[in-house]
Amino acid sequence: MKHLFVSGHRGCAGCCDAMATKFTLMGAGENCIVVSPTGCLEVMTTPFPESSWNVPWIHSLFENAAAVASGIEAALKALGKKDNTRVVAIGGDGATMDIGLQAISGAFERGHDFTYVCIDNEAYMNTGVQRSSGTPFDASTTTSPAGKISFGNPRPKKNMPAIIAAHGSPYVATTSLGYAKDMINKVKKATETVGPTYIHCHAPCTTGWGFDTSKTVEVAQMAVKTGLWPLFEMENGEITKVRKIGKPAPVEDYLRMQSRFKHLFTKEGGEEEIAKIQAIADKNIEYYGL
Amino acid sequence: MTSKEKLEMEKMVVVEGSYAVAHAVKVCRPNVISAYPITPQTHIVEGLSQFMADGEIPNCEYINVESEFSALSALVGSSAVGARCYSATTSQGLELMHEVLFNVSGMRLPIVMTVVNRAVSAPINIWNDQQDSISQRDTGWIQLYAENLQEAADMIAQAYKIAEDKEVLLPAMVCMDGFILSHVYEPVILLEQELTDKYLPPYEPLYKLDPKKPMTFGALADPNYYTEFRYLQQKAMENALKKIESAANEFYEIFGRYYGGLIDEYQTEDADIILMAMGSIAGTIKDTIDNLRQNGVKVGLLKVRAFRPFPAEAIRKTIKDAKVVVVLDKNISLGLNEGALFTETKSCLYNTKNRVPVVGYMIGHGGRDIRMCTIEKIISEAQEIMKSGIKIESQFTDVREELI
Repeated sequence: MKHLFVSGHRGCAGCCDAMATKFTLMGAGENCIVVSPTGCLEVMTTPFPESSWNVPWIHSLFENAAAVASGIEAALKALGKKDNTRVVAIGGDGATMDIGLQAISGAFERGHDFTYVCIDNEAYMNTGVQRSSGTPFDASTTTSPAGKISFGNPRPKKNMPAIIAAHGSPYVATTSLGYAKDMINKVKKATETVGPTYIHCHAPCTTGWGFDTSKTVEVAQMAVKTGLWPLFEMENGEITKVRKIGKPAPVEDYLRMQSRFKHLFTKEGGEEEIAKIQAIADKNIEYYGL
Repeated sequence: MTSKEKLEMEKMVVVEGSYAVAHAVKVCRPNVISAYPITPQTHIVEGLSQFMADGEIPNCEYINVESEFSALSALVGSSAVGARCYSATTSQGLELMHEVLFNVSGMRLPIVMTVVNRAVSAPINIWNDQQDSISQRDTGWIQLYAENLQEAADMIAQAYKIAEDKEVLLPAMVCMDGFILSHVYEPVILLEQELTDKYLPPYEPLYKLDPKKPMTFGALADPNYYTEFRYLQQKAMENALKKIESAANEFYEIFGRYYGGLIDEYQTEDADIILMAMGSIAGTIKDTIDNLRQNGVKVGLLKVRAFRPFPAEAIRKTIKDAKVVVVLDKNISLGLNEGALFTETKSCLYNTKNRVPVVGYMIGHGGRDIRMCTIEKIISEAQEIMKSGIKIESQFTDVREELI
């Protein structure tokens, strides 16, 4: 099999971006054009004059990947070159859920035939682990640090898949780096579906979350097993498939693996906070029927 | 009337400036148009939308984006795939594009965009001045300024010719004064499809996004490489100086119309006083010159068509024998109290032997009407400078003291 994303990039050992990109391209195939907004992925894969990309790739700005993808799709149509060429945007949670949200909304509303993949590592890792709207409740980041009067990020994650589904997208799915086949298959399905489709990948960041570089997959799997990260597919706004998790693991097992949550185990009142996070998982389990 | 003039008269139609521009875009055969509506640019994009609705632009997609930021961002993708691209905007829309403007130029994408010049908020004001495009001076776009409807339309074809030249590969703004040109009806000759095809060959990109030959666009350039990207952009701008001239000359050969290349001159040969300006104000100045010439005042106009690249050499040559140079700017650098054309004209003379006095007037802000009597007053002040030197180097024109 031809490698579409090759080694030699500057990603950390155990980098979630590198894994997610590899799986994305395995699902999309070589007849694709990739757009990346600004972020770790762009910085680490294209230090001029080198590139890790064996597919055509473009980076423009932080907040405009979906607009650039719109333009690529429109140009391919106008020039009679669309055929089966897939247009794929791959962006981080900040580029997707915060600064790029308007451009994404526009592109999905207009119905361009493209797939947007969000690699959600739950903070601005490229700039040094600052909080984004993908940062989970009580995670300590450099701009939502735990402190004497704080347990870290005071807000839950923004529900991005629901926002995209509300645009009438024919296919929206969540996936996780803990389940490579799940991701490859979902990207394949998304890129084969005509219209604007969306994949939201939960992607543990060794540097930002604070775990050993060998544990990326394990941490990702634990998020799914606790119910904190439900895996599902939505077609035309309806949930059509959910990955069952059996007997859920307690969220404590997931939180203990990462230093961004360590204050919950050392600070007075941490137990109540962990209970609140357990409540988030319980709600997911009930809502999605995990 | 000569037979050629008669033929041209027969070809003329009375249309709105925005329609003439939209029509010019159509015959340039764009592949992707992406725009967001904003006064006074709207009639251009409405015209293009109607052409699309009537199936009159083949092999073209029109993207109704959700912001100016996305309007230009979409064209980054389109142009990188190899499409000929067009957008139009003004004022707040252009300022919103600021970050993308640098990106387009840095990636050497030859996008053409009409800027319908309008004042910038606050206070909000939809009328004409040129603060919007002047504020984007350093973004690496070629900037051309049109005097009248015909020139604004013809400049579209010229802009593609210049921008897509392999020795240039830079984006180009065609600037036209809001309302004064965009909403005025005048007799013009609509660009003929056949002649435009002869003038403007299809766009053949050097590099493009293509799965058959994967390339990386928009890579990270560290301190070892960044400087050379900027240097090459500057070289491309220098190449554009020649191409702007040749694009005007070739246009004349095919269409028979000429408005100058980098600059145009009106009654400058023997002029003691040379006025300099950009855009529609040139028409008012020419009429004023005609009147004053009848009274023996030796005054002429240097019309700047290309503000970027800056035509320093052409300006120096034209004003070499003038006794005073008066620069009119529809913009201001706040804190410097000068308009951009004035500052740069002075700058291009500094290390030369020409010590001609140069003065600046900031005029027509937020659409304030510029009358011939105002131009006459400015010229009479220039006559005083010839006698007794500069008293005020740069000033506002027509300030209503009673409001202050």
